[in-house]
Amino acid sequence: MSTEITTDVVVIGAGPCGLFAAFELGLLDIKCHFIDILDRPGGQCAELYPEKPIYDIPGFPVVTGQQLTDNLMAQIAPFSPEFHFSRMVNSIEKQPDGSFKLTTDADEIFYTKVVVIAAGGGSFQPKRPPVPEIEQYENKSVFYAVRKMDDFRGQDVVIVGGGDSALDWTLNLQPIVRTLTLVHRRDAFKAAPASVNKMKELVAEGKVNFQLGQVAKLDGEDGQINHVHLTTEAGDLSIPATRLLPFFGLTMKLGPVADWGLELNDNTIVVDTEKFETSVPGIFAIGDINYYPGKLKLILSGFHEAALMAQAAKAIVSPGERVVFQYTTSSTKLQKKLGVA
Amino acid sequence: MIIHVTDQAGENHELEGLEGWRVMEVIRDWGLNIKAECGGALSCATCHVYVDPAWTDAVGKPSEEEEDMLDSVGDVRPTSRLSCQILMSDALDGLKLTLAPSAGKD
Repeated sequence: MSTEITTDVVVIGAGPCGLFAAFELGLLDIKCHFIDILDRPGGQCAELYPEKPIYDIPGFPVVTGQQLTDNLMAQIAPFSPEFHFSRMVNSIEKQPDGSFKLTTDADEIFYTKVVVIAAGGGSFQPKRPPVPEIEQYENKSVFYAVRKMDDFRGQDVVIVGGGDSALDWTLNLQPIVRTLTLVHRRDAFKAAPASVNKMKELVAEGKVNFQLGQVAKLDGEDGQINHVHLTTEAGDLSIPATRLLPFFGLTMKLGPVADWGLELNDNTIVVDTEKFETSVPGIFAIGDINYYPGKLKLILSGFHEAALMAQAAKAIVSPGERVVFQYTTSSTKLQKKLGVA
Repeated sequence: MIIHVTDQAGENHELEGLEGWRVMEVIRDWGLNIKAECGGALSCATCHVYVDPAWTDAVGKPSEEEEDMLDSVGDVRPTSRLSCQILMSDALDGLKLTLAPSAGKD
């Protein structure tokens, strides 16, 4: 049975702009739930560049993506937002009373008055290697993740990549498969050295085949592969295979957002610059995913957008309520909310 | 200074670059089909290009960190580089390169 959650605001995307939205909403007594496809907060800051320095956050001469995320999490902690990680919003439906019904791929239903899309470059999805017609084999014999190990039992498996996912699954699947070939473009790995050593032992014992090269083409029918063709420095090579697991990391795709009936501009969502509301009243978009004339994809712009959005969201969540604009520096009321007064 | 870029569809473009710009930024600003999703932080590989063999010496070899990132695309060649790691300079005036399939937008 689906889990049902009723709330004032659902924020889609727990990157820096979404996280700061919880602060601005919290000051206005609005509680929010986050939904994010990653398994932790931070969005691009956590997934793409956790260790990279950022130099253009006001007040921070330098801060890393992870530090910024940690700081934002500390800043919004007083408002206890709830996080729903590792899931994707499938659909948004406007209800007769103007509120929204959201469904996720984790079988949840959210009823909410306001939706804030803070999804950055879209949702992180496994990178699809540029192999012709690979789509027709996906989820049948080509997988980008191992959900059930049993799907690989007794199979001829080809794993592609040189990172931790490729190495970990080589080690985990080897005992149950019929044959296992690890394909990587070079004889250097960025995976944990212990895993690399373990893999090399298995290769020496003849339990794993290691092949330098890249996947060029797949053979098969009805979604079932039977051969993986490789280009190698020594020429082309064909390996019999019934399962292929390419591990090339993640990339961002707009995903289901494109189907929600919002006005788009080249993979971004058109908003106004007073409320940062989309073409559907009650759905807002902030951060890298929105578009307006003069838009700059900067974290600091997203923070500003979050503050203005929150004022407009308040009018929807608490219609008719008079909102007095206050500063955290001087307002005892706001300081109480923050737990400092 | 000028760079010559062949896109994934085989079309040639002559782009004007400025000293100190990253080649990725030149390609992106001219609106060619390049995803460049991390914005030049050497954290993805979606600005992947093939450098014309006549220019590989002038451009130089990828760093170890760049090689690691190149592991995340499936169409690497000996002339592969990430264009965010190539800075425009007089020495690269006339540079020729081709956009890799893996750099394309969806």
